[in-house]
Amino acid sequence: MSALTVLAAPAEEFKAPGPELFEFPPLFAGGPEWLTKPVVFAVVGALLVCVLAWSAFANPKLVPRGMQNLGEVGYVFVRDQVARPFLGKDSDRWMPLLLSLFFLIWTWNIMAVVPVIQFPIASHIAFPVVLAISIYLLKIYLGIKHQGFKGYFGDMIPKGLPKATYVLLIPIEYLSTFVLAPFTHAVRLFANMFAGHIILAFFSLVGFWFLFEKPTPLGVPLGVVGVIMTIVMTGFEMFIQFLQAFLFTMLAAMYIGSGLHADH
Amino acid sequence: MYTAAGLLAEEANNPLLPHTYELVVGIFSFAVVVLVVGKMLVPRIQKTLEERTEAIEGGLKQAEVSQKEAQATLEQYRSQLAEARKEAGRLREKAREEGAQIVAEMREQAQAEARRITESAQAQIEAERQQALTRLRAEVGALSVELAGKVVGESLEDEARQRRVVDRFLEELEGRTRAGEQVS
Repeated sequence: MSALTVLAAPAEEFKAPGPELFEFPPLFAGGPEWLTKPVVFAVVGALLVCVLAWSAFANPKLVPRGMQNLGEVGYVFVRDQVARPFLGKDSDRWMPLLLSLFFLIWTWNIMAVVPVIQFPIASHIAFPVVLAISIYLLKIYLGIKHQGFKGYFGDMIPKGLPKATYVLLIPIEYLSTFVLAPFTHAVRLFANMFAGHIILAFFSLVGFWFLFEKPTPLGVPLGVVGVIMTIVMTGFEMFIQFLQAFLFTMLAAMYIGSGLHADH
Repeated sequence: MYTAAGLLAEEANNPLLPHTYELVVGIFSFAVVVLVVGKMLVPRIQKTLEERTEAIEGGLKQAEVSQKEAQATLEQYRSQLAEARKEAGRLREKAREEGAQIVAEMREQAQAEARRITESAQAQIEAERQQALTRLRAEVGALSVELAGKVVGESLEDEARQRRVVDRFLEELEGRTRAGEQVS
């Protein structure tokens, strides 16, 4: 997109890419407003996850082959690293949700470095928000179901402290659990993908601008640095993409666990 | 064109404010993945992993049982072998004893036989001797009577006569013996 942007703009000076990177017109002129690139690839990502998971798990064998091996690595990773530390014996019950979350987010994130797509779906905040709110509602539902309304909202506040501290403690505790937790849950993923996309766009634009658009003796070394940094940051972003998918899923497991059992 | 549109929309498009249609698409995508991957596929792989665990545990247990069985069989074979060896030794010992006994019995039997033969031979000899003695005694008596008759019949006047008589008797006796020998 950055290259197109630059080509389209008759600018004479280098201009770093900004939030306009995340704005998309309808896919074709006159098409519905909602049919944009992020929407299309959000659905493509979801279907891709389904197809890959289908090829791995549709007909599982005792002795795994091919895709099943790969799928099992993913399953065992999420089960052992995400589900079991937070959910213990309830892990198997929640693996369907956690594995779906992890695969979907990771696939959406990876799209940031897939040629032609080159857009992290989660950098549009609507997608992390949907996921985070789903987990948030599930957390509260489980909390009330398993601990009772009073138990869930009451046990959250530690007992036996001086009365005065509750004036501060109660608002802080509720604020962190019911407002900040879901907010950071969504924003952490969104902001990482958003920033990562800007960084990649910036360095690739530096390379493109100083090597092809306006090559000058002074600018060329800068362009080379831009290309190298693009490659380095692409590798780094791939790590971040995985890490954020892992983290989001881990927090989801933690919130589900906090609904199932009182923390204190 | 695009940039211009972007700049115009910048005020309206705060990246922290979600688009409604993207919320809908997000919910749809998430629901599809949860339904297909979560509800349909994850239970299958869970079942398979469980089965694999069971299969491995079952296999290990089976191997353990088999090994124990093999150990027991080996033990049994060993004890049987030892027993067989003992039995063989016992039989050999018995055979040796029996052999010795047989030899001793045979020897005893042979000795008894020899003794029996000797005894019967001696008895026969004794019997023959008795028989001979009896016959001899009868003959000697008859001869003595005959001789006495002859002696008494002829008057024993002189020495010459006596000698003749005795000589004749002896000659007769001799001749009879010879005749007797020829007869017998």
